[in-house]
Amino acid sequence: MPGFEIDAPGTSQLLMGNEAIARGALEAGIGFASAYPGTPSSEIMGSLAPVAKKMGFYAEWSVNEAVAIEAAAGASFAGVRAITSMKQNGRSVVADFVSTIVLTGLGKGGMVMVVCDDPQAHSSGNEDDTRTMAKWFDIPMLEPGNYQEAKDMTKYLFDLSEQLDSICLLRSVTRVSHSRGNVKLGELPRRKYKAYFEEAHDTRNPKQSKFVQNPPPPLHAAQHRRLVKAQAIFESSPFNWYRGPEKADLLIITAGSGWLHTQEVVKKLKLENRVGILKLGTLWPMPEKLVRQHLNKSSKILFVEEVDPFIERNVMELVASSPDIPRPTFYGKRSGHLNEYGELTPDIIIKAITGILGIPYQGRDADYAKKAEELAKNLVPKRSLALCPGCPHRATLWAVKTALKMDGRNGVTTGDAGCYSMGTGATGFFQVREGHCMGASCGIATGLGRLGQYDFNQPVVALCGDSSFFHANIPAFINGIWNKSNYTLLILDNNATSMTGFQPHPGTGMVAMEEATQVIKPEDLCRAVGARVEICDPFDLKQTTDALLGMMADNKGGKVLISRRECQLVKARKEKAKYKMHVDTEKCVGESCGCDRLCTRLFRCPGLTWDKKAGKSKIDTVLCAGCGVCADICPQGAIIKEEA
Amino acid sequence: MKTLTKDPFNIIIAGVGGQGNVVLSQLIGNALVNEGYLVTIGETYGASQRGGPVMSHMRISKEIVYSPLIEEGTADIILGMEPSETLRMLGRFGNPAVKTIVNPRPIYSVDVAGGEAEYPDFDKLLEAIRGLSAKTWIVNATEEAEKMGSPIVANTILVGALVGSGTIPLDRKSMEPVLEDRFPKALALNLKAFDRGMALINQ
Repeated sequence: MPGFEIDAPGTSQLLMGNEAIARGALEAGIGFASAYPGTPSSEIMGSLAPVAKKMGFYAEWSVNEAVAIEAAAGASFAGVRAITSMKQNGRSVVADFVSTIVLTGLGKGGMVMVVCDDPQAHSSGNEDDTRTMAKWFDIPMLEPGNYQEAKDMTKYLFDLSEQLDSICLLRSVTRVSHSRGNVKLGELPRRKYKAYFEEAHDTRNPKQSKFVQNPPPPLHAAQHRRLVKAQAIFESSPFNWYRGPEKADLLIITAGSGWLHTQEVVKKLKLENRVGILKLGTLWPMPEKLVRQHLNKSSKILFVEEVDPFIERNVMELVASSPDIPRPTFYGKRSGHLNEYGELTPDIIIKAITGILGIPYQGRDADYAKKAEELAKNLVPKRSLALCPGCPHRATLWAVKTALKMDGRNGVTTGDAGCYSMGTGATGFFQVREGHCMGASCGIATGLGRLGQYDFNQPVVALCGDSSFFHANIPAFINGIWNKSNYTLLILDNNATSMTGFQPHPGTGMVAMEEATQVIKPEDLCRAVGARVEICDPFDLKQTTDALLGMMADNKGGKVLISRRECQLVKARKEKAKYKMHVDTEKCVGESCGCDRLCTRLFRCPGLTWDKKAGKSKIDTVLCAGCGVCADICPQGAIIKEEA
Repeated sequence: MKTLTKDPFNIIIAGVGGQGNVVLSQLIGNALVNEGYLVTIGETYGASQRGGPVMSHMRISKEIVYSPLIEEGTADIILGMEPSETLRMLGRFGNPAVKTIVNPRPIYSVDVAGGEAEYPDFDKLLEAIRGLSAKTWIVNATEEAEKMGSPIVANTILVGALVGSGTIPLDRKSMEPVLEDRFPKALALNLKAFDRGMALINQ
């Protein structure tokens, strides 16, 4: 299919929101791109990195989001346009740096940070709204209301960033970043950069560099002046528009995917002559004059926006501080007409609008709806998420389960972010007992491991992946060694950042631009700070269980077990299955075994199914990855592995 | 551009994580954009790669860029890559005028294997789908793909079936360049699969 990078200005392409953002960066002539993967933002760098070499710019997957944004700032300081992208969790990681770069301003290269929020937390541990950060840190911010704007705004923000000498923020959400629509392409410039750090020390004229946030108060005031300038520009921005009558029964103020839903709903309800829509693209600072002009369109105002009542509160602030504006009735999240959590849908907006205007609305035929809902409820089977067939994490978590049971002291596990976090559920035998953010597995374990003086004697095992080890666990791990905390770090090393699409990390020996580099081994790092390190193959359940038991029994700190085996999805692309599996129907005695169907009820690999008629276990030969692990869990030895 | 029978025309593609839902929707979407239509495709994704239910919402219009989410009860076509997932979507998005195209090959979930959930009786399932659809086409896409020696081309067979159903403004000619772009090394096989899908739906 045509790539997002094709040199075909004027043509219309079907692009994912994230591809459109990446295209905008290309059209802005970026020289530097950096990111740490995280859904729903990963495809921005996922698109940029493979074309970087041929288009002549630099791209990297960084070790974490904080490093990514700092690296991008380095490029900006030397005059190179830079983009960095992240999901909303990453935005929290970069907060400290952002709070200082807004004070110093940039070099000659514009700098744009893109944050993709995940309303409804489709693939996140929270659904935080990034927009508050713009207000918090005084950053000019735009939010695209369609795929075309995703591209156009990204490109524009580089110009704005240079004009204002300020980092600029693009906030996107899942329903824009992770959906597709028409985008008309623009020109691809070929920029030649000559990178130079202009604030280098000059012995003839020694002075403090611009890039030092000292003293903060005047710099803070300077950033406020930049915002005033941004606001003046935003008053006439083409990313804001009004559609509707001069006097409306209802004014809707909306942004982002809220606009996509609202536009559709107003059209569907044939309310174009009664309802006006003010669509905002420049969200911070809010263009107050523009908003003011439209506030008199109706005495009723509804706010449609994803997650927090951000625009809603800003408009309320404006009205509260402007005695000349007649006080309208506000509808939105505060009034309960829209949800303050979860994502928006056209259905929710239909309900809000028809409710406010008192219009009857009939959805699908009621009898049909009842019948359809009942049939679906009664017949459609549940589909729980499962670790993939052949996933090494399933084996590691099985070993954890066995080791904790054998140890018998009610051991505790702490979790991190990655596929193995599905270990909180049935597919990982509920073995992961705590889950917060990246880096927290070692951090929390380090605290638990210091509670011995309060009679705490449960063994503690911190679980993290290879990519999450490098991302933010290293400082916490060093803290544990330094402070003599007693816990075992179990690194589930599958040699990839699997959950977000197999991006490389420092342990893989590859960089984003597909070049080989030095492999940084977790074991070398851990040994360098004095930890005892063992490495096991999770498919050897006994070896892994014994190794973990041994470490849990050792009461001294600094213990690391690396459970190492490549992600099955990566492996399957390179090589064929090792084993051909089958169930010996003579040996499998089904429900009368006494094992309570260990294979299908507990181990729960999608490659294992239950033959209801025969009352025996069965291999699904299409799904089975041929890892052979299940052969070792069957007490009857009925699951047979043969060399494939 | 040909006329749409309805604007927007709403398609839901239903299946199970790992089946290739996103690729299927992109093939159709790209062909429609090439023909000059405004297309929006919303998708569920992420953790759904690991065996959960997956759906794509496709909106086709000549007028505006529609939302990536279809209002409940307003699907025009449900293209089911798996039968029970087709019924799941009918439950939320079906209506008396909806048409369904169903690949009847079931995919069991880990819950079914574990005994906590039951996969419905096949005849009952098809009866429910038929009863909730104005028209239902059963297209044995997986079976046919296996006969062609490549289970993965089941998706291209389903694209052929959708185009062959005459419900969307596409024909073989508009699909050829898209298939060529996507499957440069397996074009002949995919064209054959596409034709098979067109033939199957018109049987």
